[in-house]
Amino acid sequence: MAAEVGNIALIIALLLALIQIVAPLVGAGLSNLRLMHLSGFTAIGQLLFITIAFLALSVAFIGSDFSVALVARHSHSLKPLLYKISGVWGNHEGSMLLWVLILSLYGAMVPIFGRALPIRLKSLALSIQGMIGAGFLGFILFTSNPFLRLFPIPLDGNGLNPLLQDPGLAFHPPFLYLGYVGFSMAFSFSVAALIDGKVDALWAKWLRPWVLAAWSFLTIGIALGSVWAYYELGWGGWWFWDPVENASLLPWLAGTALLHSTLVVERRYALVNWTVLLGILTFSLSLIGTFLVRSGVITSVHAFASDPERGVYILGMLLVLSGGALLLYALRSSKLRIGNGFEVLSRESGLAINNILLVCATAVVFLGTFYPLLVDIFSNDKISVGPPFFNLYFGYIMGALIIFMGIAPMLKWRHDSAKRMIRPVLLLVGATLFVAILVSLFGKSVLGGLGIGLAFWLFGGTLMNWAAKVRLGRISFTRSVALARTLPAGIYGFVLAHIGLAVCVVGVTGMGLWSSEQILMMQPGQQTRLGGYAIQLDQVTHETGKNYSAEIANFTLLKKDKTAAQLRSERRFYPVRGMQTTEAGIHVRPGHNLYVAVGEGAPDRGWAVRIYYHPFVSWIWLGALLMALGGFVALADRRLRLPSAQRNTGLANKAVSSPVSGAAT
Amino acid sequence: MKQVWAAILIWLAISVTSALAVTPAEQLRDPALEARARVISKGLRCVVCQNQSIDDSNASLAADMRVLVRQRILAGDTNTQVTQYMVDRYGNFVLLRPPVKRNTYALWFGPLGFIGFGALIFWLTARRRKNPKIAPAGTENPDEKQRIDELLEQYRK
Repeated sequence: MAAEVGNIALIIALLLALIQIVAPLVGAGLSNLRLMHLSGFTAIGQLLFITIAFLALSVAFIGSDFSVALVARHSHSLKPLLYKISGVWGNHEGSMLLWVLILSLYGAMVPIFGRALPIRLKSLALSIQGMIGAGFLGFILFTSNPFLRLFPIPLDGNGLNPLLQDPGLAFHPPFLYLGYVGFSMAFSFSVAALIDGKVDALWAKWLRPWVLAAWSFLTIGIALGSVWAYYELGWGGWWFWDPVENASLLPWLAGTALLHSTLVVERRYALVNWTVLLGILTFSLSLIGTFLVRSGVITSVHAFASDPERGVYILGMLLVLSGGALLLYALRSSKLRIGNGFEVLSRESGLAINNILLVCATAVVFLGTFYPLLVDIFSNDKISVGPPFFNLYFGYIMGALIIFMGIAPMLKWRHDSAKRMIRPVLLLVGATLFVAILVSLFGKSVLGGLGIGLAFWLFGGTLMNWAAKVRLGRISFTRSVALARTLPAGIYGFVLAHIGLAVCVVGVTGMGLWSSEQILMMQPGQQTRLGGYAIQLDQVTHETGKNYSAEIANFTLLKKDKTAAQLRSERRFYPVRGMQTTEAGIHVRPGHNLYVAVGEGAPDRGWAVRIYYHPFVSWIWLGALLMALGGFVALADRRLRLPSAQRNTGLANKAVSSPVSGAAT
Repeated sequence: MKQVWAAILIWLAISVTSALAVTPAEQLRDPALEARARVISKGLRCVVCQNQSIDDSNASLAADMRVLVRQRILAGDTNTQVTQYMVDRYGNFVLLRPPVKRNTYALWFGPLGFIGFGALIFWLTARRRKNPKIAPAGTENPDEKQRIDELLEQYRK
């Protein structure tokens, strides 16, 4: 029953999406207010019906209804409840349903929060949202229907991949999609602005919170995936430049650029055309990421060719949506009002450099990710592009970006004098050199000094910027405190996010340069030393979980002959899937982690044990969390509030009744 | 989600009795030789995995490749010879750092192009901005100012 309800709800949502595409376009052409307003209702309707479909699938999963093929393939009656729920999106069909659910959620936000927006812009954007929604709903219904029945009904399901049975990973996809799909707002409003032929500060003011929210969610999503890989894959890596990871990094990088360029449009009305283009590109990269993962094209061109249906569909959608948007941009971007200019030494210019570097970083990751594919298609050769390539170029570009980030935010809008900058910059350079040299000497690594130096530079520069904002030292301390309280939330968002990156850089440097490891066979009672700890294998026991059996190695961690921690590492065997996973034992300290993973073994020859000492590794994710937090804090900025609806309805109506140049031209 | 699928693909390639990456049994007695083996392994791709080095991979093929690397080292090969040996067996696909040759010029020099292009755009934009025709807001000449005031006055009526 639930499956049929879900299926019908999806079909209704698709019909609503189709109405939502057409009504605003016709309405804008005829200046018909009713048709344009209809888009708001269809957007909310889509959210309603897709939610029904999603709940229907959840009911099937939670109730272990194995007559639904998807549930039979990906769930099992013995699975813990949390993973029955996360199983809903732990597979292709369900994850696409989550994708459109989130899309419809963002779509419904437009009529709910965008009352102050001109109806033309709003409804045109909803039309574009409708196109994306219809595309993906069609994709689900025609190629990946989650509600297909299975007959005969199996007695039990196949179970969820054990690797995915993890709380960190249960929430990884929803966050990732809240990010990916959130950029659809930037896309549809950019395209709408192109059709409408105008971009203004209100447009940027409206867009910025959505970009901020999407970016923050994506940051959390990527971080969750990275943490999961760290403790679940059993060898302590946190980023692999895997094509699938790159697929999430690409929209993040472009989104970071977009975040900053909307700021310039909002405050100074500069970089206008560029921001529109970036809005289109960022979401296109989300789509490309979806294509990359869904089509299997990146594993091998041949995997793609053998089952091309889904891949071709998404590729087609990509061509229509992104290709169409870019074509529209080429044709109509010149119609947009040319933005204000800026001088070389100004905040605008600093943010322009930020955008150039971030887009270069995006391009490098894109190139490295797709190059093997291109070589495979156009020549007989097969090559790999691995970490050495990405670390080299990405490292340099990020280094340059951080150098700019340390000082550029101190620049004033419009124009600034180099003279004013000399003193703070010299101070910062001096302090950074001091720290870098100190770290190089004590850490016995010039690279380490460079990495920590960069982190300090960014941290120091950001704090100096904040200190200047509260006029610390120039006025009495109490007045500075009072001033600090009245600063807009956006400034605190900036401080948190930039310091977050500095924290992240410390983690990456520590992990990359000072980590150490031991791989050995251990017998119970045996001890070994690493990173100032003595690690002792106490005993190996067996245990049976709800849906797995495990071999558990218990360790005692000693520091200066005192017990610092008890750790357990497990090797789990999941009989339903016939798969094995490793659960590492991790001793988390602020400055380092000690990571223990047990491997194969037997009482007579001992157990294979890997022990890692990872300095500052948690800082990587702490930094990511601070960045995301910065994004959310900036959302609270009062300057992002749209003018109140009442005052603006008059304006909105005027915009409609006046003869419009736009879609018709 | 993305990593989920990567993980699935990685794990599909793994036999049921998967072990940790480098196992104690594989390691060479001589720490200096073992250190060399680790360095070489980090640059070689496990050919059934997604961009994972054989040093990191749990796949059984990666274990075979690691053993092969160590055998070559024991046979007296230099690092380059070992790598070349692996390339001869598995092709350039095995190198995580692709060689600079005709079909990778675009890869290795492309990023320099991006940065150059970015710098060029910035330079051109910054130059254009100096163009006096586009005056920054607030620097209108008195005539313009008067006209703006007139228009505003009309609008208010």
